[in-house]
Amino acid sequence: MSKQKPDAGMKRRDFLKTATQGAAGMALVMIWGDLSLVSASTVTVATSGREGYAYDPTKHRFIYLIDVAKCIGCGSCVRACERENQVPRHFFRTWIERYQISRTGRTWIDSPDGARNGFEPTVLGADITKAFFVPKLCNHCTNTPCVQLCPVGASFISPDGVVLVDEKRCIGCSYCVQACPYGSRFIHPDTHTASKCTLCYHRVTKGLDTACVQNCPTEARKLGDVKVLGDEVAEIIATKEVHVLKPELHTEPNCYYSGLSREVR
Amino acid sequence: MHEPTTNFLFPNDIHIMWSLMIALYPYITGLVAGAFIVSSLYHVFGRTELKPVSRLAMVASLSFLAVATLPLLVHLGHPERALNIMVTPHFTSAMSAFGMIYGLYLILVVVEIWLIYRTEIIETAARSTGFKRWLFSVLALGVYDTSTPAREVDHRVVTALAAIGIPMACILHGYVGFMFGSVKANAFWSTPLMPIIFLFSAVTSGIAMILVLYVIVTKVGGRRIAGDCVQSLAQWLWLFATITVTLELLEIVMLSYEQNEEWLIVEPLITDKIAFSFIGIQMIFGSLIPFILLAIVVLMRRYLTDTLRHVISFVAASILLIQVFAMRWNVVIGGQIFSKSGVGFRENYTPELGGREGVVVALVIFVAPFVMMAVFNRFLSLSPPAEDEQPGGGV
Repeated sequence: MSKQKPDAGMKRRDFLKTATQGAAGMALVMIWGDLSLVSASTVTVATSGREGYAYDPTKHRFIYLIDVAKCIGCGSCVRACERENQVPRHFFRTWIERYQISRTGRTWIDSPDGARNGFEPTVLGADITKAFFVPKLCNHCTNTPCVQLCPVGASFISPDGVVLVDEKRCIGCSYCVQACPYGSRFIHPDTHTASKCTLCYHRVTKGLDTACVQNCPTEARKLGDVKVLGDEVAEIIATKEVHVLKPELHTEPNCYYSGLSREVR
Repeated sequence: MHEPTTNFLFPNDIHIMWSLMIALYPYITGLVAGAFIVSSLYHVFGRTELKPVSRLAMVASLSFLAVATLPLLVHLGHPERALNIMVTPHFTSAMSAFGMIYGLYLILVVVEIWLIYRTEIIETAARSTGFKRWLFSVLALGVYDTSTPAREVDHRVVTALAAIGIPMACILHGYVGFMFGSVKANAFWSTPLMPIIFLFSAVTSGIAMILVLYVIVTKVGGRRIAGDCVQSLAQWLWLFATITVTLELLEIVMLSYEQNEEWLIVEPLITDKIAFSFIGIQMIFGSLIPFILLAIVVLMRRYLTDTLRHVISFVAASILLIQVFAMRWNVVIGGQIFSKSGVGFRENYTPELGGREGVVVALVIFVAPFVMMAVFNRFLSLSPPAEDEQPGGGV
């Protein structure tokens, strides 16, 4: 094994050139590190999730699929999210809506306390011909207005497609809350900054499912990854009929729905 | 099938995010822009009959500009991070333009006012002693040239600044309208008409405020009201108020006529939830009545005494000031009364009296510019010099 010699022949001029480039590069990195939204392209996180799991955000692109027909409105996901993410009471990172539609098209929608405790049975006294539950969460849109109009860049899209908020940078102006067409954002009553579903970023970067997916008893919610070959969710989205919420707004949601009825808001 | 849907709000939509302060903010910036336009009518467009209010308008514009950021600061969850908008702006955000627009406009207004008052600052420094002399010497910035050529240069620069200031004032307030108009998630806000409506209502509120202020300041000062000035303000007010209300109505008529999904929520909003403030205050009391009053002033001038015309103009302008605030309120609060589900309304919003974003703080912020104007008037007169100007002077 030959030991590499130090470059004794390096000229003074070359040294200065390299040093200058290095210093400039370092300065750029410092500035970029401060100003950029996500400074490192590769993040290796502690592996309390899967053993030895090294995470590279550039190698993932998360998507989410909800099968409306499978949701039973039990609220397990809402409770799991609340516990996992310390969501303040009366605010929701995820919730479930119940739709009941009569033959004449009259629609009843409710989501009592975000369906945190599920739903009570109701007798509407109408000829209900269609009823279903619709779980909701941040759609992690690709063309999202919340990121576009954040005045300080506190809202950003991570390289793996997750819309996140840097709460140390957020000024709490609520503009993003106004801009989200899906009602996914709120101002946290304690931190006074914008808060929302993070797709359990602390979990998915360890190779785990989100809390809502893990706790859904009927597998109505599924997390997928379009960059993983043979991913089940990616396959469904690529080959089956799926919908997104409010497609006319062209926010390009990454949260897809199977069996979504037209009445859903 | 358009069967009704039960009232349903997205669970996070129970809270009103933008409060009284965010209604006050566009009201104040509107007054800033509108007052500046009044001043420019004299400085740029040669409406010499407006000379009695040209200084008042500039100082009013600056005074309101000085407090324009306060409602925002009070509202922010983290006011200590407010400067981040200027230090690390996110350029795809309309809001990030705020720092640049506000900063440039502030510089322009300060420089213009300094040039307008430069001669008087120097003359005051020359005839005063002690602290006052020191203060005015500092304000003169070490330039003591009051010769006719120097004053001509001042005059030309003021005209140029007033001309540059017109598009800047339009941008300052147009951008506020843009911030609402570009929120596609909101059926009531999302229209390209929004910045235009904001702009015209800003000019309306500016002219109305200057008319009201001028009448009050002149009366309190025991001076004679310049009839031509009030008449001219009333005419401009009539024009801009008419355009403003036409645009406001057009927006609603368009929505109604198109029968898009938006109308399903906007119709119950304006005919029920905010019917009092929209139809009652903004449209009937705030628009129709001043329109008739100003029409009387403008069209029946020769049948009315000066005093009567002044009184009618004063009343109409005062009502229009309420109209413009009602418009800001209806846009900001009305746009948040319904959920983004598009099929549900929140409880109506009533601002708290005390508290950080309450009525008392809002009143303090709104009254502060008038106090500033009174203080300013103690040092430099809000009225133009009594003697007729020499060439290049009297700006």
